[in-house]
Amino acid sequence: MTDTQLNNAPPKLSARGVDVFYGQKQAIKDVSIDIDMEHVTAFIGPSGCGKSTFLRTMNRMNDTVASAKVTGDIRLDGEDIYSPAMDVVQLRARVGMVFQKPNPFPKSIYENVAYGPRIHGLATSKGEMDGIVERSLTRAGLWNEVKDRLTDSGTALSGGQQQRLCIARAIAVDPEVILMDEPCSALDPIATAKIEELIHELRGRYAIAIVTHNMQQAARVSQRTAFFHLGTLVEYGRTSDIFTNPRQERTKDYITGRYG
Amino acid sequence: MHGFTLILLMLGFGGIGWMVARARAARFAKPVTAADRPNSLPSQHGWHMAIWIAAPALLFLSVWSAVSPALVRDAVLSTPGATGLPGPGFERSAILAEARALASGNAYGAFNQQAEVLAPAYAAAQSRYDWIGTTLAVLLAFAGGAFAFTRIRPDYRARTQVERAVMLALLVASLIAILTTLGIFVSLVVESWRFFRIVPVGDFLFGTNWSPQVIRSNDPGATLGAVPLFWGTFFIGAVIAMIVAIPFGLMSAIYLTQYAKPTVRKWMKPILEILAGVPTVVYGYFAALTVGPAIRDLAVLLGMPFASSESALAAGLVMGVMIIPFVSSMADDSIAAVPQSMRDGSLAMGATTSETIGKVLLPAALPGVVAGVLLAVSRAIGETMIVVMAASGAASITLNPFESATTVTKQIVDLLTGEAEFDSPKTLAAFALGLTLFAITFLLNVVALRVVKRYREAYE
Repeated sequence: MTDTQLNNAPPKLSARGVDVFYGQKQAIKDVSIDIDMEHVTAFIGPSGCGKSTFLRTMNRMNDTVASAKVTGDIRLDGEDIYSPAMDVVQLRARVGMVFQKPNPFPKSIYENVAYGPRIHGLATSKGEMDGIVERSLTRAGLWNEVKDRLTDSGTALSGGQQQRLCIARAIAVDPEVILMDEPCSALDPIATAKIEELIHELRGRYAIAIVTHNMQQAARVSQRTAFFHLGTLVEYGRTSDIFTNPRQERTKDYITGRYG
Repeated sequence: MHGFTLILLMLGFGGIGWMVARARAARFAKPVTAADRPNSLPSQHGWHMAIWIAAPALLFLSVWSAVSPALVRDAVLSTPGATGLPGPGFERSAILAEARALASGNAYGAFNQQAEVLAPAYAAAQSRYDWIGTTLAVLLAFAGGAFAFTRIRPDYRARTQVERAVMLALLVASLIAILTTLGIFVSLVVESWRFFRIVPVGDFLFGTNWSPQVIRSNDPGATLGAVPLFWGTFFIGAVIAMIVAIPFGLMSAIYLTQYAKPTVRKWMKPILEILAGVPTVVYGYFAALTVGPAIRDLAVLLGMPFASSESALAAGLVMGVMIIPFVSSMADDSIAAVPQSMRDGSLAMGATTSETIGKVLLPAALPGVVAGVLLAVSRAIGETMIVVMAASGAASITLNPFESATTVTKQIVDLLTGEAEFDSPKTLAAFALGLTLFAITFLLNVVALRVVKRYREAYE
């Protein structure tokens, strides 16, 4: 068992003994981990190791897959997110998500960002909504590029801009946690650098969990790293420790490129 | 020789040619190296030969069968017996037709004396031209066979030639549907042209009085105004039917794609598709015998004592039900074509399923849905059987769905059934109506297909 408690402050999200099944197949075995506020936690591991699956348990996106079944205990600020009392709508407002492929809605840039605030009733006037849209786009580092064409379609932006739009969309509802599922895998190096910079800036406000295939990226953006292999959490610790001084042989092999 | 026997004979020649060529090609010298391997397989030489034998001869026969009746007729007209015939026109054609029937043994006597006189001449001319045709076809077959036979050499590219023939055959097959459509269109235009020489276009398109039973010969356009028909068609097919079909079709598509469990979907989709396979005549008597009277009773209850059982509502409602599976399956396709990532993106923002459908999926699927509705409208206004059985024949412009209304298709059927001369404005009006309907549905289809195409491009 690895050390799951790295801070003295209570964790934002904590998972204990989480199993995920797709039908008969077990995709995640007994994973326990804490996601801390103001930290970026990177999930690394070879393809099919379950890191994306585990990420999606934290805002219950696995609910949309009919055959998926999650057991164990996942708490957001001590509240069981899988309890019947938990409102999925509220949960997802608090735990936002950015996907692998940029998926802006086929609406205007403005409407893309305003989508979440509208659903959750966060703005009572046009002026208030304008403020939310501007603030979110600014935080996502996109405002200066799009402020003159907010009515253009979100799908007309470049791939990197689309992904930053999706980040703006996610932060528009003031989440506490942001889950990112390989957010740069469909982007070129320059767009990737911009997203990484953005993650760095966002860190101070949110707890961020990011799935990545790119170990340099994990080393660059994260303070915590979790290494997944074959559905289990092999090792979890400070990024600097994982990359320089892994305790597990499997982690060391993966990081040095022996397999994966 | 009889046409069908001739075709069989040509195919038989082709078969023989196939075997001959194949056997001959099979005896090519064994290749020593890969370079002098024969270009084509023996069976490909066989097909090459068979095609050269049968195709030109059959092509000739099809042309001959179109040309020879005219040749026979001219031959008969030039005989001494034909001197007493009336000039070109309906009467002369009737006499010649009788003569032909007598000559071929399909009739035992003629009303017209002259036909009996001409019959032997007709039989003689007929057999002479048949003989000429047969000889030419056989000669062509042999010429083709000889040509192909000289090509049976190891270096001859029979393979490519056969491939080209296959391509040509497929091209012809696909052209037939297009040419038929074109033919239909041309015949509609020609007949409509005849109609519009009698009735001014303006009277027909903008006149509001439709009563083809009473046509005044000095002003036929006065009672052939098609506006009530256009209105009835629009009211029944595009308004009432769509009020039923669009919401129910759309909602069933949403339920099936977004909410239904796989097992439910597995059962419900085929059942919905069965609805699409019910013959329209069955819907027709359902409308006429069940829905129509029920709606009349309802109208009486609502205080309309003289309500008709042939109301626009009855026909429209049943037509709408008929269209539901159509709308549903088009909507189903276009909703399913919206990428899963859109749905995930919305759900991850905390939207519920219905918010996701309303705010993301439907707007994204809208072009496809609109195209589906346009195609459904074009089907509804072209639909005939339901309105023939359930709608009234009386043309009126009304907004009251309990009143009777009639449609273009229903009127075409009425105009063309029963005793009718084929050159009165009344009958010709049917073609003008058909042309208008054709133009409208064609336009709807073109617009719908363009919308679908543009929308597909957006996601691929």
